[in-house]
Amino acid sequence: MVSGPVAGPSAAGGAAAGGPATDRGGPDGGGGPSRGAALAQGLRAYGLIVRMWVRSTLAYRTSFVMTAVGNFAASGLDFVAIMLMFSQIDTLGGFALPEVALLYGTSSSSLGLADLLLGSMSRLGQRIRDGTLDTLLLRPVPVFAQVAADRFALRRLGRITQGVLVLGWSLPQLDVAWTAGRILLVPLMVLCGAAIYGAVYTAGAAFQFWAQDAAEVQNSFTYGGNAMLQYPPTVFSKELVRGVTFVIPLAFVNWLPALLLLGRPDPLGLPGWVAFLGPAVAGVMGAGAGLAWRYGLRAYRSTGS
Amino acid sequence: MSGTAAEQLIEMDGVEKVFSVRRKEGRLRRVRHEVRAVDGITFRVPRGEMVGYIGPNGAGKSTTIKMLTGILVPSGGRLRVAGIDPARERTRLARRIGVVFGQRTTLWWDLPLKDSYELVRRMYRVPDARYRDNLARCVELLDLAPLLDVPVRQLSLGQRMRGDIAAALLHDPEVLYLDEPTIGLDVVSKAKVREFLREVNAERGTTVLLTTHDLTDIEQLCRRVMVIDHGRLVYDGRLDGLRAAGEGERTLVVDLARELPPIEGVPGARTVKVAGPRQWLVFPAGQSAAPLVAAVAERYPLVDLSVREPDIEDVIAKLYAGGRGGVM
Repeated sequence: MVSGPVAGPSAAGGAAAGGPATDRGGPDGGGGPSRGAALAQGLRAYGLIVRMWVRSTLAYRTSFVMTAVGNFAASGLDFVAIMLMFSQIDTLGGFALPEVALLYGTSSSSLGLADLLLGSMSRLGQRIRDGTLDTLLLRPVPVFAQVAADRFALRRLGRITQGVLVLGWSLPQLDVAWTAGRILLVPLMVLCGAAIYGAVYTAGAAFQFWAQDAAEVQNSFTYGGNAMLQYPPTVFSKELVRGVTFVIPLAFVNWLPALLLLGRPDPLGLPGWVAFLGPAVAGVMGAGAGLAWRYGLRAYRSTGS
Repeated sequence: MSGTAAEQLIEMDGVEKVFSVRRKEGRLRRVRHEVRAVDGITFRVPRGEMVGYIGPNGAGKSTTIKMLTGILVPSGGRLRVAGIDPARERTRLARRIGVVFGQRTTLWWDLPLKDSYELVRRMYRVPDARYRDNLARCVELLDLAPLLDVPVRQLSLGQRMRGDIAAALLHDPEVLYLDEPTIGLDVVSKAKVREFLREVNAERGTTVLLTTHDLTDIEQLCRRVMVIDHGRLVYDGRLDGLRAAGEGERTLVVDLARELPPIEGVPGARTVKVAGPRQWLVFPAGQSAAPLVAAVAERYPLVDLSVREPDIEDVIAKLYAGGRGGVM
């Protein structure tokens, strides 16, 4: 039942998952399975563990239904707030409601996807504290896959559903001349966005190898970033927009590609081709996060805490 | 791989693990301290042996196990398990070892016990026939049949431990590490677990390294015992040699016909306790009890007697107190 969302983004999130899937970095001179084989092994292990968690969740069916509905409703309230705002105003920072809905829908779908697939990584610190990470290190499959699949929560489908619904509602209302390229841009934007958020989750988890209670820092980039990306860049100060373009490039999740789609100029005056850098940015961030993961795991294995 | 007569499955040569710990001193200052958790340990375990690995808390037992399983990377020395360097090839080694942490279950809390086994089958890619055989054998010896469909959260501690041990053996590991496998179990469960381990060791020749605080585990399972303290091996040898090494004392308990003052004048022995007509005399473990009995019987109205071997726990406590490396 989860094969849909799992199969799709895991390919796109490959940038995030590919690097760290082989956890035998550093001291490993070489040998062992190839990178591709390790990736396949990691994905298989991920699938196996996800299945176990889904079945565990379904052992408490009522509780699952209630939290899933609650999750859907809670994330939906965000958009209700935006709609209420638009009952008083016509545009926000020059953006009409369907355009804001495009931003909202893409960012929510991307975050939802990353959260579903990798969100549990923020619990790594707890596993380190109570010592149960060691049991994961005893299994013949990559630790990254195990940590990513740990406590997989199907209820997180709520956020994706809600994001996709808002996105679907906005698209026909946009004043865009739809070409094949522009149509393709929408799913690409969501997948690259998910990969960027996924890289943030991975880097955040890697940081917990040193600081076990660092989950909040990562949350401020994921949930905090999402809360910002739901609004047009024009309502924020230029410094902030610069920060999320050049420092933590969250602007590539949806702002830059959405501006391109809507035919609007970049508030920073960047040339149009920058918007196409999304996949490259996602790849670089994924590789960086993968490296951070490797270093973190290596540090853990030499200090044991 | 049936080359040498006694293949060394575990080889440790001067293995060290040094942790750098930062401790607060004063308000802000932090000072680095080096903690040598494992300080140059060397031993060999041949295939098929069952070895007890004991020591007080913080002696370095878990650190050793973590290095042997590849969780921790050693700071120095050479380490091989089944010819594999655990730190470099942890996931390859994982297929060939089984680990049971007594205080940490690897079973899935909310799912029936058999689901956890199914995951092991897939994760370790155990061939179907092997899996069926191994599971059937574990189910039989550990009485798991009535538990297979029960969610793990509903199992008692003893049942769960049996479940965990079975989970660690389904992929035919060559080495089994057991960390406190009988902790918190009742007498019946302990006996069952020990019986099972003995069977596994005899039937499949699985090499077993056992850490425990319950010395009865060691006495019933292991001919060889290693004692670690302050990161060093302070004893490695047969269990019965441990008593002599610890300079233990034996106790002669005598029942006299009536209450009498403490027995005196028996060479090599001293009376340590008197309770009514019963008295306790201690004497060195290396000395024969016969002359003592004769000397007592000659001068006192002796009704009954027994000789008690030194308590192994006392012996080990003495070893620890004896400090570093003194015994070897």
